[in-house]
Amino acid sequence: MAANPMTQFEVYRIGPEIKVGTFDISFTNASLFMIISSLTILFIFNLGSKKNSMLPNKIQLLAELSYTFVSKMISDTAGSKAKPYFAFIFSLFMFVLFCNMFGMIPYTFTVTSHIIVTFVLAAFIFIGVTIIGFIKHGLGYLKLFVPSGVPIVLLPLIVVIEIISYLSRPISLSVRLFANMMAGHTMMKVFGGFVVSLGIVGGWLPLSFSVALTGLEILVAFLQAYVFAILTCIYLNDALNLHH
Amino acid sequence: MIKKYFFQLIFFNLFLTKKVFAAESGGMPQLDPEFWVSQIFWLTLTFGILYIVLSKLILPKISANLELRKSQIQENIEAAEKQREDSETKLKEYENIIFKTKIDAKDIFKETKEKTIKEINTKKENLDNQIDEEIKKAEHEISQLKKYAPEKINKIAIETSSEILKVLIGAEVNNSSISAIVDDLSKKSGEKYYGD
Repeated sequence: MAANPMTQFEVYRIGPEIKVGTFDISFTNASLFMIISSLTILFIFNLGSKKNSMLPNKIQLLAELSYTFVSKMISDTAGSKAKPYFAFIFSLFMFVLFCNMFGMIPYTFTVTSHIIVTFVLAAFIFIGVTIIGFIKHGLGYLKLFVPSGVPIVLLPLIVVIEIISYLSRPISLSVRLFANMMAGHTMMKVFGGFVVSLGIVGGWLPLSFSVALTGLEILVAFLQAYVFAILTCIYLNDALNLHH
Repeated sequence: MIKKYFFQLIFFNLFLTKKVFAAESGGMPQLDPEFWVSQIFWLTLTFGILYIVLSKLILPKISANLELRKSQIQENIEAAEKQREDSETKLKEYENIIFKTKIDAKDIFKETKEKTIKEINTKKENLDNQIDEEIKKAEHEISQLKKYAPEKINKIAIETSSEILKVLIGAEVNNSSISAIVDDLSKKSGEKYYGD
C-alpha cells in the first residue's frame, strides 16, 4: 500500500471527528500543513520585521526582499491601482509557495496538490476580481468581452470565446497548480518506487533521476506559486484598468 | 556463482516491481469528496488568519522599515551632497584667497621694485648733479687759475727781472717798461704753454 504513488495525497483525520450540522470539518493532515505553512510564514516575517536596523540581518533581508519582489510584481503587471490588494496577493503567493515547499519534504502532505484547495482559492480570486471590476466600471466592465478593432462579422464569435475564456479562468488557474503539484509528486514517488524495486543493481538510474526531479520540483514549486500570483495580478489588472 | 546471484537479484527486483504496480488502485484521493468541506473550512480559517495578521501587523511594519531606510539613505545622500558642495565652495574660497594673495604679493613686489628703482634713480641723479657741480666748480677754479696765472707770473717775472736788473745794473728801472716787455714775451710763450 505504501508503494502506491497516490497514497501520499490521501487525507486522513487527526484527532476526533468534528461535525457542524451535516458538514465534517475534522482536523486532518491537510489542515495540519495549512497551519504549519501559515505559522512558518508568520514566524519568518514577524522575525523579519521586528527590529529595523540600517543594515538588515539575513531574516530581515529575506522578508524585505520578498516584500519588494511581490510589490514589484504587482506594480509591473497591475499598476499602482492594485496597491490596496498587495496584502492579499502577498499572502496568496507566500501561502502557495510555502505549501508547495513543505510538500517537498519527504513524508509531508502537499496542500496545493488537492483540487479543492486550489479551486477554492481560484474561485475566490475569480469572484473577487469580477466584483471589483463591476464596482470600478459598472456595466462597462462587460466591455471586457468586446475587444476593440474586431470586424463586426467575427464579433459574436469573439464575444462567446471571450466569455468562455473568462469563465474558465478559475478552472485553469486551479487545475494548473493542482496538476503540476500532483504530477510532480506522483512522478517522484514512482521513481522512488523504482529505486526500491530495482535495488542495489538497477536502482542507481532511477535514483539519479529522482535527485534531478527533486531539483526540478523545487523549481516548479516556486514557479507555480509565482504563476498563481502573477495570474491573479493579471486578472486584477483587467478589472482595474479596462483596456479592451 | 556471482553471475547466478546477479540474475536472481534482477528477477527478484522485477517481481517486486510487478507488486508495486499491482498495488496501484483506487484512483485519485483528490476527487474523493469526503474531506472537501473540512479542507475548505481549514483553508478559509488559516488563510484568513494569515491574511489578517500579515496585512494588519507585519506588512505595514516591513513597509515602514523600508520607507524609513529609504528616507534615511536619501537623507544621508543629501547630507553628503551638501557637505561636498560646502567643501567645494570652501575650496573655491581657498583658491580665491591664494589667487588674491598672489596678486597682492606681485603688486607689493612691483611697488617696492619701482620704489627702489625710483630711489636709486633720484640718488643717482643727486649724485650726478653733485658730481657735475663739483666738476663745474673745479673747472671754474681751473679756468680762474688759468686766467690769473699769466698775470701773476708776469708780475713775478717783472718783479724778479727788476730785482735782477737792480742787482745787475744797480739802477732803478721803470717797472712799466719791464712789464711791457714781459707782457710781450709772455704773450708769445703763453700761447705755447697755455694755448687758450
